[in-house]
Amino acid sequence: MTEPVLELRDVNKSFGPIDVLHDINLTVKAGEVLCLLGDNGAGKSTLIKTLAGVHKPTSGQMFMDGKAVTFDKPKDAADRGIATVHQFGGTFPLMTIGRSFFVGVEPTRKIGPFKVFDRKTANETAVKAVQEFGITRIDDGDRLIGGLSGGERQSLAIARAVHFGARVLILDEPTAALGVKQASHVLRIVLEAKKRGIAVIFITHQVTHAMAVGDHFAVLIRGAVAANFMRGEKSREEITDLMAGGEALADLDTAMEGYMETHEGHPPQPASRATVA
Amino acid sequence: MATATRTDTATTGAQGQATGRSFGALVRRPEAGSVLGLLAVFIFFTAVSGPIFVLPAGFASWLNVAAEIGIVALPIGLLMIAGELDLSIGAVIPASALTFAVISGFYGAPEIVGVAAAFGVGLLVGAINGFLVLRTGVPSLIVPIGTMFAVMGLTLGLSVLLTGATSSNVVPSPFWKGLMGQFIGGMFQVTIFWWAAFAAIVAYILHVSPFGNWVYAVGGDKISARNAGIPTERLTISLFMLSGFAAAFVGVSQAMVYQSAQVAGGQAFIFNSIMCVVIGGVLLTGGFGSVFGIVLGTITLSMVNQGIYFTGFDPNLGSVIIGALLLLAVLMNDTFRQMALSYSSKKKS
Ligand SMILES: Nc1ncnc2c1ncn2[C@@H]1O[C@H](COP(=O)(O)OP(=O)(O)OP(=O)(O)O)[C@@H](O)[C@H]1O
Ligand SMILES: [Mg+2]
Repeated sequence: MTEPVLELRDVNKSFGPIDVLHDINLTVKAGEVLCLLGDNGAGKSTLIKTLAGVHKPTSGQMFMDGKAVTFDKPKDAADRGIATVHQFGGTFPLMTIGRSFFVGVEPTRKIGPFKVFDRKTANETAVKAVQEFGITRIDDGDRLIGGLSGGERQSLAIARAVHFGARVLILDEPTAALGVKQASHVLRIVLEAKKRGIAVIFITHQVTHAMAVGDHFAVLIRGAVAANFMRGEKSREEITDLMAGGEALADLDTAMEGYMETHEGHPPQPASRATVA
Repeated sequence: MATATRTDTATTGAQGQATGRSFGALVRRPEAGSVLGLLAVFIFFTAVSGPIFVLPAGFASWLNVAAEIGIVALPIGLLMIAGELDLSIGAVIPASALTFAVISGFYGAPEIVGVAAAFGVGLLVGAINGFLVLRTGVPSLIVPIGTMFAVMGLTLGLSVLLTGATSSNVVPSPFWKGLMGQFIGGMFQVTIFWWAAFAAIVAYILHVSPFGNWVYAVGGDKISARNAGIPTERLTISLFMLSGFAAAFVGVSQAMVYQSAQVAGGQAFIFNSIMCVVIGGVLLTGGFGSVFGIVLGTITLSMVNQGIYFTGFDPNLGSVIIGALLLLAVLMNDTFRQMALSYSSKKKS
């Protein structure tokens, strides 16, 4: 067996009096997609922010390649190859593709004594990086990020992380708010990243998306790992139930039927979790 | 005028790709709207005030004004692109002018000492602004207002305490006068050249050097920029110091020109510099803008400010035009930004 790239042992995190994460034990291996599932407020974002160096664990230890690591700031995690893509991918809507791709690591060339931002290289590299992931519609590095679709932005952000040698790629709900086609683009890119031997941590509320790419699943309920299993070990229904916080959705179905009976056949108005699943 | 601006856009924009990118590349540039604004203003005043407006005297009248505002508008623009605001320049200009006048005039110390001290005042106020903005997390609209009042109070207090007056006279030596306070050809202030130099430096910083990318990134999203490894705190403090320095430079050059300095004065620069920047296409919330646009905005504002005297109109009409122009600029820049966002070079290939 390969050694895990990233491992958490008994990680706890509290914000003052609020305990958010309890004794988290998790491992991710190279070339594996770990799907992090759980209801709103379960602590998924807090967990990945801890991995990304945004928060420090209150107690517990993180290991990379078997060695203990601590991150004081996001840069420390990034330097070790942990790349995080946040929900809306491109965070600089008014910057060009080329410029935003290289924020913080600008390519330069020298003109006399002056350091010059190498726009040509930046644009070409960025465009090439996304095109390698199959997004061929991005062909002009001078376009503004804000003009790309949500899926294109996600793809660009993932391509960027891979380009800069990410070993662990953390994606916080990359398919939320995307249409079916766009989401499938992003899922394909996740698989592509996995094929390159990157460990991917993928957060989603959509069981279909999780089932499509996941090798390994961890379900968080109120900050604790409630289930931790590999692909094929649980059925789609079991996963759905776990994601809803452990309550069987079957119960919800009966409740719905009861509701419809008393309300002349109308389903309840607000879109519930059941419709997503 | 039109051809001049067009070649400029081309040179700043064409270092990379093929030359054929016409409309998309143009519309994507932050100054797209301000080019039109400047043209409209120029044509209007040339038509209304006749040939005098395009004679050297006409040019000098607005260029002199533009140079002084322009020197502070440039770093204010950088700050605004980085998502910050600095109103304290309104106090730094008189404070540094008076520092120079008191040291080199009242006490008779060599000019270099007075100039250095005045620049020091600007840099120090800038550093304090930057530091306080970072430490307190209070929006940078408030912090510089605080330092502005503090500096105004200190300037008045110290001036009265040291010299017993609220103004000071200074007669700079020909060398210093020539460097910072001379009129060339009897009408063009030497500050025009300094403005050009400042513009070149700031353009290099923002558009050419890798540092410029940091400014855009910080203005776009500060947290992501920091996570990407950009030293955002050092950047913010540097930008505030740059604006403090530019304000001090204008203060000293005013003292050289008028050979005196007063406690008051300088407040007009606050709004004027912000208006130049906004007319020039810089986004109020940060992340978007260009030096070329700021320069165009400065010229536009100064043309209206001065051009009104060449017409038969009531000078108060100038303010009305500026107000309308500002509103129009914001609306137009918004439209152009939307076009920039949605424009791709090969639509639906
Ligand atoms: N900085 C903080 N200070 C205090 N409490 C916090 C902080 N960050 C998160 N929390 C709390 O921790 C809990 C978990 O939040 P988190 O954002 O990790 O949930 P999540 O699983 O990502 O939910 P979602 O699916 O809605 O994104 C929430 O109850 C939240 O209020
Ligand atoms: Mg979350």
